[in-house]
Amino acid sequence: MKRFALPLGIFLILLVFLGIGLRLKPQEIPSPFIGKPAPAFTLTLLHDAQKSFSPKDMLGKVWVLNVWASWCAPCRAELPALMALTKEAAIPIVGLNYTDTRSAGNKWLASFGNPYQLSAFDSDGKVGIDYGVYGVPETFVIDKSGFIRLKHAGPVTEDDIKDKFLPLLKELSGG
Amino acid sequence: MAKAPFRSLCTALLGLFCAALLLWTGSAHAGQGAPAAVNPALEQRVTQLAQELRCLVCQNQTIADSQAPLAVELKNQVREQLARGQSDQDVIDFMVQRYGDFILYRPPVKASTWLLWFGPFVLLALGLLTLLLKLRQKPAAPADSLTAAELAHAAALLAGESPPGEVAPAARSIPAITTVSNASTAATASTA
Amino acid sequence: MIPELGNLALMLALCLAGVQATLPIVGTFQNNARWMALAGSAAAGQCLFVVLAFASLMASFIQNDFSVAYVAANSNSLLPVFFRIAGVWGGHEGSLLLWTLMLALWTLAVVLLSRQLPRATLARILGVMGWISIGFLVFMLFTSNPFERTLPGPVDGRDLNPLLQDLGMIVHPPLLYMGYVGFSVAFAFSIAALISGELDATWARWSRPWTLVAWMFLTLGIFCGSFWAYYELGWGGWWFWDAVENASFMPWLLGTALIHSLAVTEKRGSFKSWTVLLAILTFSLSLLGTFLVRSGVLTSVHAFATDPRRGFYILIFLAIVTGGSLALYAWRAPKIGLGGQFSLFSREALLLVNNVLLVVAAGTILLGTLYPLFLDALNLGKISVGPPYFEAVFVPLMIPLLLLTAVGPFLAWKNDSIQAVLGRLRWLALGAAVVAALALLVFKTSVMVAVGVTLALWILFATLWQVVQRLWHAPAGTSLRQRISRQPRSYWGMVMAHAGIGIFVVGVTLVKGMESAQDASLHVGQSVTLGAYEFTFSALKKIQGPNYIAARGTFEVRRGADSVATLHPEKRFYTVQKMPMTEAAIDRGFTRDLYVSIGEAAPDGAWLVRVQHKPFVSWIWAGCLAIALGGALAASDRRYRMGARQRAAASPPISSPVHSFV
Repeated sequence: MKRFALPLGIFLILLVFLGIGLRLKPQEIPSPFIGKPAPAFTLTLLHDAQKSFSPKDMLGKVWVLNVWASWCAPCRAELPALMALTKEAAIPIVGLNYTDTRSAGNKWLASFGNPYQLSAFDSDGKVGIDYGVYGVPETFVIDKSGFIRLKHAGPVTEDDIKDKFLPLLKELSGG
Repeated sequence: MAKAPFRSLCTALLGLFCAALLLWTGSAHAGQGAPAAVNPALEQRVTQLAQELRCLVCQNQTIADSQAPLAVELKNQVREQLARGQSDQDVIDFMVQRYGDFILYRPPVKASTWLLWFGPFVLLALGLLTLLLKLRQKPAAPADSLTAAELAHAAALLAGESPPGEVAPAARSIPAITTVSNASTAATASTA
Repeated sequence: MIPELGNLALMLALCLAGVQATLPIVGTFQNNARWMALAGSAAAGQCLFVVLAFASLMASFIQNDFSVAYVAANSNSLLPVFFRIAGVWGGHEGSLLLWTLMLALWTLAVVLLSRQLPRATLARILGVMGWISIGFLVFMLFTSNPFERTLPGPVDGRDLNPLLQDLGMIVHPPLLYMGYVGFSVAFAFSIAALISGELDATWARWSRPWTLVAWMFLTLGIFCGSFWAYYELGWGGWWFWDAVENASFMPWLLGTALIHSLAVTEKRGSFKSWTVLLAILTFSLSLLGTFLVRSGVLTSVHAFATDPRRGFYILIFLAIVTGGSLALYAWRAPKIGLGGQFSLFSREALLLVNNVLLVVAAGTILLGTLYPLFLDALNLGKISVGPPYFEAVFVPLMIPLLLLTAVGPFLAWKNDSIQAVLGRLRWLALGAAVVAALALLVFKTSVMVAVGVTLALWILFATLWQVVQRLWHAPAGTSLRQRISRQPRSYWGMVMAHAGIGIFVVGVTLVKGMESAQDASLHVGQSVTLGAYEFTFSALKKIQGPNYIAARGTFEVRRGADSVATLHPEKRFYTVQKMPMTEAAIDRGFTRDLYVSIGEAAPDGAWLVRVQHKPFVSWIWAGCLAIALGGALAASDRRYRMGARQRAAASPPISSPVHSFV
């Protein structure tokens, strides 16, 4: 009788979903900004409070925005990868120093390396929130028209550069 | 009947007792103390909204309960916006714009969540309907009618004799005839 | 040496489980009495070895043997001894061993207490339980061995999670697992019945006490978890609709449906295939819960360290056990049939409605818990489903259930008339309406509070009324004491459990509807007011605990001129895991709890303090305990106790006709 097999049928469908679920990452939050314009902001620079930076300064260029902080251990781990990225792809990386202090941030860059063309100083984290930042580090790829094309949460590794960043950056730069 | 007034009296007394209980606790709420927050009415709204928003860095907490820096900052955002005169929906839109639907503990009602929101009630309706239909159906033959052979078998067992050969139960819903279940069914006769 | 012995014991247990699972069932097909009898001995042997393994792990903890990786991850030399014992089940591997221990103990109980079962039936039941044991033992030995060593071991352990260093932690998982595992007995009974094709009222009679005891333990386990979260997590919440909590609640809901369904099958021979299905589903949900919590598929505060590889294994296990049993059900259930007849308006029909409501409720929680997974798997985005959803959907489902809980006991079996029942209930309905009106008009509560309190009192009045009626109509000439003792215990169990639900609903409604909180930034000497209570922060002391340092505040609580309580909330810092924790201070009362917790200190020395007033929250705990007590009473009914049955011949109990009420 078919109705007795109904529980079995429902269970099998459930099993399939649970099986797929094992491969998913429930904690990763996709960004709602992909394909949308990068939110505007104006922030002072980390090393110079007199100068400021805004994403519209970068219009016409493909660039990368990397959210970092001196209190963030994985940010240090991804520094070599970021250095490699900016050299290989010849793409500027702008840092967004997130809920940090000027002195700690500058000292960190001096001690461990500075892959950034410049770093904007987001002391209260409001710009971070505008970009949907929920953890550090995070990296965005923004195209010539100022649209966000990629968001990567967590430290950037060599594999990420090879598989995700370089192909996209090449495509956005026009071949 | 003499019993009816007694029953209604009992009910009324119980009602009065419970009402008195409620009254006693109700008085504990008399009056508001000096507010600690700048604006307690605003705080109330902030807390209510904060309980609908998920802390993104925690495993599974609201930003109202979480002490994580991002949660505290988001809660401040909520407070600032509500103070500026934004509505609850405005704040929710603000959060969703930046973090997606994931930040809402109350999933939005859209095509992909129709099953989620309406499924339970549809399921309930289906369940009750199925039940109703099954109960209305009359079965082909009443389940507790026995053939002559089975009647003889039962009579033999009740008389305490061994049944004529081990008769395997047919595909009917009669009790499996073993001496053990016989003993326990005899014991059940004396209890309700 | 001891961990190796423990490992060996597990391997031997697996061998015996293998014997228990295979030979007896084969023996039933071949009518081989010796093989069938093997089941009991194999089960006893397996239990012995599992107990030895558990004892070895416990010994490793007590002796601080940090060369065992699991001990190092969950213990520390500064950890007090009783928490070291609790640490045995504080992590994934140890909790699996606890599951296996519970299963072995339940199996042994079945062996010892089921002498009256036919040999073949007992063989099948033990065989099925053997298969489940194999699953857990293989899982442990191949993927999650608690006895794995790291040599050389670390000097000291990483300490038990501070959240778990509490009496509630010691008690909560064993109670919960007793419940989860206990449902495997009803499951095994069902599978045995499906295999043999024999399913009758006596099957229900045998299953029922086992199921009631399992359900009682699950009730206590969930109660413990909630009670513990309330005082341990520091913000006064007690239920968060978290994935792991839902994983325990779903089997409870289905278990409740199962005990009602079993009651009907036992008394009337009806619902047989439905009851079998429920038994299979209840245990399957226990297993599903185990999967959800350990696989990383869902995020939860309670989840164990996640590992998709382990998740894959449990999924296979779940597929075999549940898939296999549902397939068996699909094949064999048509032969079972529904059983005795009853009309559309009868107690059976109402109990079926109870079942539909409970199953839909459990299904709803499953839907809500897994929906984010569904959408993510289908690439439709990521959403969160949290308390706002569950409350919005669960409460409307529960309202008809609560309404009918009061009505059910007033209906006769087989057939009853609507007018007669309405007649029995008309005064109660009036009383309930009066309460609702009082709540809304006099106390000006919200609609939800009015509805909740009315429903709760409806159930309480009806239950009390039922009892009064029953005792009133006992045979003349018997004393009240005799009348009470002659009611079967299953009747008192029902009364207690239903009353417990009423008490529980009062608590939940009033707490959720009328609780209040106040945050304040206080220096020592300042005070904050909440309602009629004034909380004065009179002192702050730094104290040293065994494995933590803490700031201990003293709060004087006054109501008007009277001193109500002195409370000591703490803000602890556990030095090994470097984890801060809030220990709230609670002044419990019959009609309200006062809850004080301290948070962070500001640089200027002011402490963030939260004071809460929670009306009737103790009724939630009382309700849960009453429900569990109801289960215990029902399980100890004399029908299930051999010795008591013989004594029963002397004093016949009073039968339960509903007809005599009118």
